[in-house]
Amino acid sequence: MKKKDNILKKIANKAYEFGFVSKIKTDIIDSGLNEDVIRLISKKKNEPSWLLEFRLEAYRHWLTLKMPTWAHLNIPPIDYQAISYYADPLKKSKEKNKEIDPELMKTFEKLGIPLEERLALSGTAVDAVMDSVSVKTTFKEELKEKGIIFCSMSEAVQEHPELVRQYLGTVVNYRDNFFAALNSAVFSDGSFAFIPKGVRCPRELSTYFRINAANTGQFERTLIVADDDSYVSYLEGCTAPMRDENQLHAAIVEIVVNNNAEVKYSTVQNWYPGDAEGKGGVYNFVTKRGDCRGKNSKLSWTQVETGSAITWKYPSCILRGDNSQGEFYSVALTNNYQQADTGTKMIHLGKNTRSTIISKGISAGKSQNSYRGLVRVSKNADGARNYSQCDSLLLGDKCGAHTFPYMDIHNNSAVIEHEATTSKISEDQLFYCNQRGIGTEEAIGLIVNGYAKEVLNKLPMEFAIEAQKLLSVSLEGAVG
Amino acid sequence: MENLLEIKNLHATIDGKEILKGIDLTVKAGEVHAIMGPNGSGKSTLSNVLVGHPAYTVTEGEVYYKGKNLLEMSPEDRSHEGLFLSFQYPVEIPGVSITNFMRAAINAKRQYLELEPMNATEFLKMMREKRALVNLDSKLANRSVNEGFSGGEKKRNEIFQMAMLEPTLSILDETDSGLDIDALRIVAEGVNKLKREDTSSLVITHYQRLLDYIKPDIVHVLYNGKIVKTAGPELVMELEERGYDWIKNENKQ
Repeated sequence: MKKKDNILKKIANKAYEFGFVSKIKTDIIDSGLNEDVIRLISKKKNEPSWLLEFRLEAYRHWLTLKMPTWAHLNIPPIDYQAISYYADPLKKSKEKNKEIDPELMKTFEKLGIPLEERLALSGTAVDAVMDSVSVKTTFKEELKEKGIIFCSMSEAVQEHPELVRQYLGTVVNYRDNFFAALNSAVFSDGSFAFIPKGVRCPRELSTYFRINAANTGQFERTLIVADDDSYVSYLEGCTAPMRDENQLHAAIVEIVVNNNAEVKYSTVQNWYPGDAEGKGGVYNFVTKRGDCRGKNSKLSWTQVETGSAITWKYPSCILRGDNSQGEFYSVALTNNYQQADTGTKMIHLGKNTRSTIISKGISAGKSQNSYRGLVRVSKNADGARNYSQCDSLLLGDKCGAHTFPYMDIHNNSAVIEHEATTSKISEDQLFYCNQRGIGTEEAIGLIVNGYAKEVLNKLPMEFAIEAQKLLSVSLEGAVG
Repeated sequence: MENLLEIKNLHATIDGKEILKGIDLTVKAGEVHAIMGPNGSGKSTLSNVLVGHPAYTVTEGEVYYKGKNLLEMSPEDRSHEGLFLSFQYPVEIPGVSITNFMRAAINAKRQYLELEPMNATEFLKMMREKRALVNLDSKLANRSVNEGFSGGEKKRNEIFQMAMLEPTLSILDETDSGLDIDALRIVAEGVNKLKREDTSSLVITHYQRLLDYIKPDIVHVLYNGKIVKTAGPELVMELEERGYDWIKNENKQ
């Protein structure tokens, strides 16, 4: 028995393979939050005055808010004055241009994200963000030929201020919630993508977020605009070092989808989840929302959530245009002491709008995993349809799975379907695998991947393989 | 002939209750043994203990398989060493296709034998050949393991997996239960086709009808946790005619 315990401990420790820290000279501002800090961030980024005003307004509003407590989460108090709101790992050279530290290039290589275009495996264009700054965006020039803008948010503010100003905060207003207000006040970097009319983006666009510096928060902001008749598939990945202190990540993603346009947004979230005793890990408090403004527009969220100590996240769709479609496919896995409260909102405003929600929760260890979803059909949304399926899989008997589906229907023509199941991996299933020569951990991986298949199939190929591995790795040692 | 399996004075319990009360049994390479007996005599317990089901505890006795101490081996290693159980009640594994399941099983065994994983082409060819052996529909092979299968399909899937894993000693636990006569014939024919000179089987059954197809060399009667009678195939007919009552009467304490 002792031997078994040791093996489990070993596995629990090695399971998170991205927990290293890079030694990079980083420009970090003092911790604390006040108007001066916001002015400093804005100045460092050489922002126009309207943006500083936007930040300050958000900050003043944030001061009036309290952290939300409605989620099924146990969040320890966060000292917002103890966090540094800006960390820049780009070495400042004497010229204005910042140089990329070779150590930084190495870090992204180690994460499997080569920043040299010739090394790109899948032909994906990448925007690599470390701490508060976008380090590099690949394939920018090639995309530009098609009229596609793909760059860091800071660069977009400089190069395309009119576009940023037109769309920023129009999907997620700073008044939306506590973390949205905080992000709007202090957001640092993130990605900006604009797909012009009639263009089908030839590459997958992706952003890779990495937290490196200690005691900092990451507050990135991503804005994607798909103009009429365009298409883009966007991927997001994230990792962080293993640290005993918790780190805050409060991002906003805004997506605008115009007439006949389609956006696919896929996330594989692997922030450091804390150790086996629940120490450390990232707080992932994120507001993601897409606005299907145009007729026949379509937005699809696919997320595989295996990381973070606490996740608070509800990627949502506002189905404003007639015949617009929203989709949400989610696998959320929690192990050890992780907590997740995640789901979606489908707001049907236009006529004949359709939405699909497939949520697969997997709880192991002593974790708590909740699905929280809202389907709202407004008075004028004739012919709206929703299909929701929320499944929970439990491993062991010390974890929890919860489902909170809300429905708010104001139109009698709506057709709403909801299905939910809860299941457990049984001893008999595991033994059946064992008898066929398959070890218990591999068997769990096989069963969990089978359970999540419907969602994994929605991911782009390379991401799907990574996600499959991740699900197995995150569950190592989950059943003793 | 060499002893493939040697069971000596095996006692086993489940939930603290003793089910096996001193089993002695030797299976030589190439032999087919039938184990018969009334319900509750310990037949399924014996098969589960042999493959290492964690719900059962061995309290006394020894088991040697290929000369190795079987009871010290993990269930996976027992499988890798060629021990196979056709389950009486095969479980469903939703979302996991038979193809993926078998690939994981075959490659786990190959890893144990220090061989490279089988490549996809070779594997699919093997799947096709073995499927033909037991008349398993190709559509079935793409479905999740046992999910929504009929009783006959489940048992056929067990024999298909047996064909894939090519065991040295296969235990068929009540493989005939729940099968109609046609399904029984197909399953039994599959088992017979898989029989090689050096492979052995333990056929556990309540009735004679499976043994019309799979001819045993030696027949044992298990009663109240012990083997109370061992004889040749003629014992099957005798049991069929006389039932189990005379066994029970002979063994009254």
